[in-house]
Amino acid sequence: MSDEQEHGHVQEHEPTRTKVPMPIATLSDPHLGDAAKNPARAEAIIALILLLGTIVIAGFGAAYWDNWNPWAIGATMGAGLFLLGFGLTAWGKYLMPQGPFVEERHVLASSSEERGSMAAALVERSAVVVKRRKLLGGIFALGSGIFGIVAIFPLLRSLGPPPGTSLKGTDWKKGSLLVDSNGRSVNHGTLVVGGIMTVYPEGLQNTSVGQAVDQTVLIRVQDSDLVTAEGRESWAPAGYVAYSKLCTHLGCPVGLYEQQLELLVCPCHQSMFNVRNGAVPQFGPAPRPLPQLPLYFDANGDLRAQGGYDQAVGPGYFERTTTKENGT
Amino acid sequence: MSSPSLPTARTKRQALGPYGRVGKVVEELDDRLGVAKGGRVFLDKIFPDHWSFMLGEIALYSFVVLMATGIFLALYFVPSTTQVIYHGTYAPLRGQSVSEAYQSTVNISFGVRGGLLIRQMHHWAADIFVASIVVHMARIFFTGAFRKPRELNWTIGTLMLIMAILEGFIGYSLPDDLISGTGLRIGYSIVESIPFAGSYVATFLWGGQFPGDGSIEGRFYIIHVLIIPLVITGLLAAHLGLLVRQKHTQFKGEGRTETNVVGSPMFPTFMAKTTGFLFMTAGVTALLGAFAQINPIWQFGSYNPSKISYAVQPDWYMGWLDGALRIMPSWEFAGWGHTVPLEVFLPAVIFPGLIFNIAFAWPALERRLTGDNDLHNLLDRPRDRPKRTAAGAAMLALLFTLFAASSTDVLANYFHVSLNLVLWSFRVLTVAVPIVVGLVTYGLCLEMQGVQGIGKRKRAVIVHRSAEGEYTTVTAAPRPGDGHEELAPEPVPVRIDIAPLAASTPGGNGESSSTGSRQVSR
Repeated sequence: MSDEQEHGHVQEHEPTRTKVPMPIATLSDPHLGDAAKNPARAEAIIALILLLGTIVIAGFGAAYWDNWNPWAIGATMGAGLFLLGFGLTAWGKYLMPQGPFVEERHVLASSSEERGSMAAALVERSAVVVKRRKLLGGIFALGSGIFGIVAIFPLLRSLGPPPGTSLKGTDWKKGSLLVDSNGRSVNHGTLVVGGIMTVYPEGLQNTSVGQAVDQTVLIRVQDSDLVTAEGRESWAPAGYVAYSKLCTHLGCPVGLYEQQLELLVCPCHQSMFNVRNGAVPQFGPAPRPLPQLPLYFDANGDLRAQGGYDQAVGPGYFERTTTKENGT
Repeated sequence: MSSPSLPTARTKRQALGPYGRVGKVVEELDDRLGVAKGGRVFLDKIFPDHWSFMLGEIALYSFVVLMATGIFLALYFVPSTTQVIYHGTYAPLRGQSVSEAYQSTVNISFGVRGGLLIRQMHHWAADIFVASIVVHMARIFFTGAFRKPRELNWTIGTLMLIMAILEGFIGYSLPDDLISGTGLRIGYSIVESIPFAGSYVATFLWGGQFPGDGSIEGRFYIIHVLIIPLVITGLLAAHLGLLVRQKHTQFKGEGRTETNVVGSPMFPTFMAKTTGFLFMTAGVTALLGAFAQINPIWQFGSYNPSKISYAVQPDWYMGWLDGALRIMPSWEFAGWGHTVPLEVFLPAVIFPGLIFNIAFAWPALERRLTGDNDLHNLLDRPRDRPKRTAAGAAMLALLFTLFAASSTDVLANYFHVSLNLVLWSFRVLTVAVPIVVGLVTYGLCLEMQGVQGIGKRKRAVIVHRSAEGEYTTVTAAPRPGDGHEELAPEPVPVRIDIAPLAASTPGGNGESSSTGSRQVSR
């Protein structure tokens, strides 16, 4: 086509040029797609697409300059890029030599002598090293090995504190006042029957530890002085029952309360805990009941904790000890 | 030349040599680096034409989009969990206590020109990146492209998939919104579930008990913007380097052998097509970013560990792990003063470890099972390897079923059935679907092996009635394009002319380049 003619034209003036033909298939070539058999038409269409793309890209500039809506900026940018890309690909597909061309593969493998010589160098030379200077090699290996071990520990160790007992306890202790996220205490009439709220130990409601670890869900159920399990006779005065809000599966807040069935539901993986019998998991992957917080009304009529949780809250970990309350 | 005349345009051009400036640049480069010979071979590199070879390109180009949009985002994002009061342009959040990371992300969305678009493009590109890697990997698997000599590239690709998934998870954890914070909480608990080391690794990484001292944000940031991108870039270079060194695989067909590659050349044909494809990938990502909302963090709010939202789901490529966590029975081991949360450790640590190790081990496994230690450059049709195809289909079925299981609550809600039913259905399906899919695939492969002309367009059957009233059927002559080019092409003409390369290296060209060079044509 026209490219070929140009090459020929240039060659007259620069006779030293070597011609590198990249033959364009004849129109009768069975490999040619229909569109490629009419190159003039294909070129016109591709030119149109590229021109349109150029205009839309210019529109993208205008949209960005003039700070249009994000969708308008994105639409002009996306459509412009797509059109330019489409045109270029079509150009490559229909107007450039497709072949098929054949390229022979190189044999990657070396000759057996070359392999042998490499293996020989490795084996023979290292044999010399190891056989003759065992002591030196051993000392060097020991030294670098120690460095490796020493380097790992300080690096890891300085990242953060070891867990220690931090995973075991919460900030709830004997006499902790229950407050909501705004710091208001809870009295007899705060919740109606069926009501639910999240409480924290006083003073920690706006801290990340209070929100992440101490978060406790407080529910009021029908029965006054609900007994959820043996030994917990005095834990839920006036039907106020409190459980750790951390799911024992993966630590998501157990934030959904199915009021009719009196089930606490974890939205992450749908573990369900029965509020009535000590938050025993009734469904889903959670392995343990939610720990229960023992409550009492103080002299002012505000709810306080009789003590902390009797076990670690949240999901399991290796150092977590088995407790009697583990139940199922 | 010798006359001291003023240099004219013509003499200048002549001084540059026959190939002008380009020739001069090649000359200067070659003096220093010796690139000309290899460069010419590279320009002539043959790329087989098949649509499925484009899947890896999608991955490559969405990575380019990720880098470009990521650089933009990094200019405005503040990786800090320090709490501040929001005073930005988004009215519903004003006066709320939010982290700087969250505030800066909302600011990118509403305060930075084009910011929302770039954020959404970045998120879409990440989802496309992982998706295209998975589909590309499936193509490699089902056609046996991973076989010797390409096992190492399979390993590199699998590593890149793991890196891409990690990068995605860490990336969507950065904005510190309610959903990403919940994801991090789950991530912390999964790390915690590892026996012996779990609680140490978790507190080291996060800087204490969850949510830690805020160091996880900065650590994830540098991992997300520097460390993993560097690792992926390195692996990508190795991936493409090996591809050039070992050359492409190709499908069987006339003229295609184990010792050649048939297709179109790197320059200009493939270069034009692939550059166009880069633009199209970027364009589609931009259109998605413009019209398909993704991760509207201003609706979720800043992360508060005691808050949660309904229908919490991770990005799609984490769905299979979430599904595995959901359907796992609550088998916590407790005894001897220790707890091993098997209900977390098995589905979230052991299971993905197993899956990826199977992927890593597959080429060696297949080599051992089949005893086939030969070099392969021609691809299999999936039906010709029914066992491999069945195994791959079963694996995809398992992962897809688990992915679907990550929406148990949404499905129960939508179909008004009990969660219990949905959960138990998925427990059964997770076992049953892969088995059924594997068996059916195996059977289909065997069936298809016996069918002639499958994969080709059907030809019309013309029914003739003769004058005597006799009916005969004749298969119509093939229309142009009826033949399946990939399977039965015309005998391939050899067309690339290598003569200039041979001529340009006078002396010792003939014997040494005879195996490596293309044949002279025409």
